[in-house]
Amino acid sequence: MSAHSAHGHAPGAHAGVAPHGPHRNYVKIWAILVALLVISVVGPMTGIRVVMLTTAFGIALVKAYMVAKNFMHLDIEKPIVHWLLIVGLALMVLLYGALAPDIQKGEGQYWKKDENFHKSFTPEKPHTGGGQAQPAGGSGAGTPEHGHP
Amino acid sequence: MSVKTIATQRASMNIPTGRLAVWWVLLSEIVIFGGVLASYILHRLGHPEWAEQAAHTNVWAGAFNTLVLLTSSLSAVLAHQAAEKGDGPKAARLLQLTVFGGLVFLIVKTFEWREEIIHGYTLQAGGFWSYYYTAAGLHAFHVLAGMVIMLWVANTARKNQELHRVENIGIYWHFVDIVWIFLFPLLYIAK
Repeated sequence: MSAHSAHGHAPGAHAGVAPHGPHRNYVKIWAILVALLVISVVGPMTGIRVVMLTTAFGIALVKAYMVAKNFMHLDIEKPIVHWLLIVGLALMVLLYGALAPDIQKGEGQYWKKDENFHKSFTPEKPHTGGGQAQPAGGSGAGTPEHGHP
Repeated sequence: MSVKTIATQRASMNIPTGRLAVWWVLLSEIVIFGGVLASYILHRLGHPEWAEQAAHTNVWAGAFNTLVLLTSSLSAVLAHQAAEKGDGPKAARLLQLTVFGGLVFLIVKTFEWREEIIHGYTLQAGGFWSYYYTAAGLHAFHVLAGMVIMLWVANTARKNQELHRVENIGIYWHFVDIVWIFLFPLLYIAK
């Protein structure tokens, strides 16, 4: 019996509850996820950008894959489910691709932004509420003026 | 007189209706969270100065909450395992444990936000903080919704009824966990 056909139809399944397919040691999987979490927190402390990106985002991808595969049982899920997820992720990529030129590109005939565009994301005045330092970047002085001379 | 659902299985797809419905919900959730995360990444790449603002988020609170959600995912999948064996009461207890994990997550988040707001890092404090509260707030709302549904499912599972719902709510909970797995490095680690 294939993994797919086993999902939800194995003998002994109670009240339509789908069996887990292959045996999985969930506690062991959880322990690996926790170990990965520790690495993703410690890695960026090195201060090396490449290490930070790899440990933070690379490990996030690995953790997400492990949860989807082992806890959501995506590896033995029906093809329709895989297609649903692919459609969702494709829409996300499409959104990124559609917005990227407008947000990230500041030059060209139709891409000129209003001079206050970037400043609108960073307040001019310090925002004080509890006496601590202003929110970082509050002055807006360091705001790069993308595409503006 | 109670009405029992007739179509419990999508024959053409060979998948229980309830589970298929959950995956459809998750498709819409991917679009919702995907939109927020994609636009955040777009702006973050265009605004290097946001790193300075992000430096004020509490990494340890975020890491602890990640641990809490991963652990709650473990209890959710163990609840599914118990339901699969027909042990409704055990599944209910594990679901309640999962709800407790969600509660801890929200309490930590409450204290975290309180500190940040006290120090002036409000929704209007800058582009980063707008995304921070929107993304984390939307996620927290999903955690809360999952907790409420899970308590309801636990109540029926305790009586050994509708055990398939244990798996369905588990799938949703794991998705919420995955969203946080990406929010954590984006909002807390990338300085």
